Amino acid sequence: MDAENQSTIMRLAEEYGRENLMVFLGATDVEGVEISAETLIAGDPSFAGPLAGVQLGLQVYHILEPSLKRYIPPEVYQERLGIFEVIVDAQRIEDSLSKMRNQAA
Amino acid sequence: MSANPVVKQYAYLLVHTSDFVRYGSKPIREIPKSQELGPAITAHLRNFAQVVAYPPNQVFIGNLHPEDLAAWPEPWWQHPVEQASPVGKYGEIVDQETFYGYLKAADGFDLVYLTPGFTARVRERLQGHHLSIPEDMDNLGPGVEMDKIKHAIEAEGSLPLFHQDELIGSFQRHHDEDASLSAHVLMENLMTKASGAMVVRLLLERAGMTPEQGRYLISCSEEAVGDRYNRGGGSMAKAVGDMCRMVNSTGADTKAFCAGPIYALVHGGGLVKAEVFENLVVFGGGCLAKLGMKYSGHLKHDMPILEDVLGGIAFLLTPDDGVSPVLRLDAVGLHTVGAGSSQQEILKTLAVIPLEKLGLGLTTVDKISTELHNPEVTVPQGSGNVPLNNYKLLAALAIMRGEIKREELNEFIATRGMPGFSPTQGHVPAAVPYLGHAAEAMAQGRMNTALLMAKGSLFLGRMSQLSDGMSVLLERNPARKAGS
Repeated sequence: MDAENQSTIMRLAEEYGRENLMVFLGATDVEGVEISAETLIAGDPSFAGPLAGVQLGLQVYHILEPSLKRYIPPEVYQERLGIFEVIVDAQRIEDSLSKMRNQAA
Repeated sequence: MSANPVVKQYAYLLVHTSDFVRYGSKPIREIPKSQELGPAITAHLRNFAQVVAYPPNQVFIGNLHPEDLAAWPEPWWQHPVEQASPVGKYGEIVDQETFYGYLKAADGFDLVYLTPGFTARVRERLQGHHLSIPEDMDNLGPGVEMDKIKHAIEAEGSLPLFHQDELIGSFQRHHDEDASLSAHVLMENLMTKASGAMVVRLLLERAGMTPEQGRYLISCSEEAVGDRYNRGGGSMAKAVGDMCRMVNSTGADTKAFCAGPIYALVHGGGLVKAEVFENLVVFGGGCLAKLGMKYSGHLKHDMPILEDVLGGIAFLLTPDDGVSPVLRLDAVGLHTVGAGSSQQEILKTLAVIPLEKLGLGLTTVDKISTELHNPEVTVPQGSGNVPLNNYKLLAALAIMRGEIKREELNEFIATRGMPGFSPTQGHVPAAVPYLGHAAEAMAQGRMNTALLMAKGSLFLGRMSQLSDGMSVLLERNPARKAGS
C-alpha cells in the first residue's frame, strides 16, 4: 500500500473514528491483499509509509469475499466485479482475511 | 480514400541515465527528507555494462524476443545476457556520457553548462557517432568554467549535473518565478527532446531516409513544454524535427497519458491514409520524471535501481508499400466517454469489439500486446505485474464469453501474451515495444495479427474520473505471399 493511500486512510480514521471505518480492498493477488490488510490492522510492515508503527486495527474486507456477494446488487456485481471473480481465488482471500480479523478481535 | 497505412520502419532507444535518477520525481522529493537515502540510491545504481546485459533491455532493442524472456531464469537482473551488445536489431542502448553530448546539442538557450574538460570528452563521443550531425558539434561550445557553474548552483537556482557522481556541470532555470521554466522542468523537457531526436534520427537512418524527406512529426512523449501562460503548450514534435534538421516537416504533440502512442499511431495513420502527408513520424522521447519511481521497493529488496534508463520509440508511417505491416484503421478499438470505467467494459471496447469487426476473436488473434511494464521493476514495490494482470483479465473475458475453458487460462496467457520488458517510462510501455517484434515475425511469415492496446489513467490529472484507452490491429501485409 503506497504512502498516499496510507495517509488518506489515516486521515479518514482520525476524522471519522477508526471504529466507524471499514476498508474494502480490491487487489487481485493474495499476497498484496494480505500486506495491505496487515498495514491497516497492525501497521506498515515495511516501515516506509505513514502507518509505520501505527496500529489502526481497522476492519478490512476484500470486495470479492464470497460472503459479501449478497450485499451487492447482482447487476452491479456482474458489471464491475464479474471479470475479477473469474481469476481471483476469492475463497482463499476470505479465509486469510477472516483469520486476520479474528486475530485482531 | 486510399488503403490503410503501414508501419514502414521502427526504432527503439534506451539511454543510461543513472546520475539523473536523483532528479526523478519520486527521488527528488524524498532525498531531502533523509540523509541516508541519497547515498543508498547511489550505491544501488547500475553501470552501463549491467544495463546493456539486462535481459529485458536486450528484448527492447530486439536482440532477444519476449519468448526468450519468458523462459529466462529469474530474477532477470541476476541473470545477465552474456556478451550482450548495446546495438540491437531494432535499436540501441546509449551511455550517459554520449547522452550528455546530445543533451547539450539539444540546448538552444544556454540551459546546460558543462565544464570545458567534460565538454571535450562529450565532443569526442559525438565525433563519429552515427546519430550526430555537424550542428551538434557547433552547439557544444567551449564549455563553462567550474566557478561559474558553482555560482549558478549556489545563487541562481541551477541544478548540479553529475557524471559517475562527479560534478561536471549545471542545469539553469530561465525565470525566477515561473515554475514552468524552473531548472527541473526544463531539464525534464530537454531530456525528452534530446532522446526523442536521437530515436528519430535512428529511425531515419534505419529507413534510409534523409531528414529532408520527412513531412510530419507527432510526439507522444510525456512532458509539458511551455511557459507560465501556456503550460504544456508544446511543441516537442517541432523541437525534435528542428534538432533532426527535418526542414520540410512540421508537427505537433498528441497527449493521452499512457495510451499516447496508440492515439498518435491512429492520428498519424489517419493523416497518411487521407493523403495529407506522404510520410509521418510518430515518436516518444524519454521521461525523466519516471526515473527511480519505484526505488524504495528496489532498496527494500537490496536489488539495483532498475529505473535508470530513458526510453525512446519512433515509427515511420507511409502509404501501403505491399510489404510492411498494415495499421487496420477500419477497426480501431475506442474507449468512448460513455463506455464506463469497469475493466470488463474497457477490455470489451478495446479488444473484443475491434477484433470482431475483422472477424477475429481473443483466441484467433496471434498476439495481444498491452502495457508492457517490466514486472521486475513494479512487483518489488507492490505495484503488481501489469501485463500479467491484463492478460489474466483478457483470459477471464475469454472464459466469460465461452472462447476458452477455465483450465485453459494459463495457456491463453502464454500463447496470446508475453512478459513485460519495457522500462516504466509511462507512454513507452504502451503496447508498442512489441511492434518491432511483431513486424519481424510478420516479415518472416510467423505471424499474421497483433492487437496493440493501451490504457490510460486520466484521473491522475484530476480533470476527469474517466479511464481511457485505444487499440489498433497490426496485420501482416496481405500483399505478401504466404510464408514469404
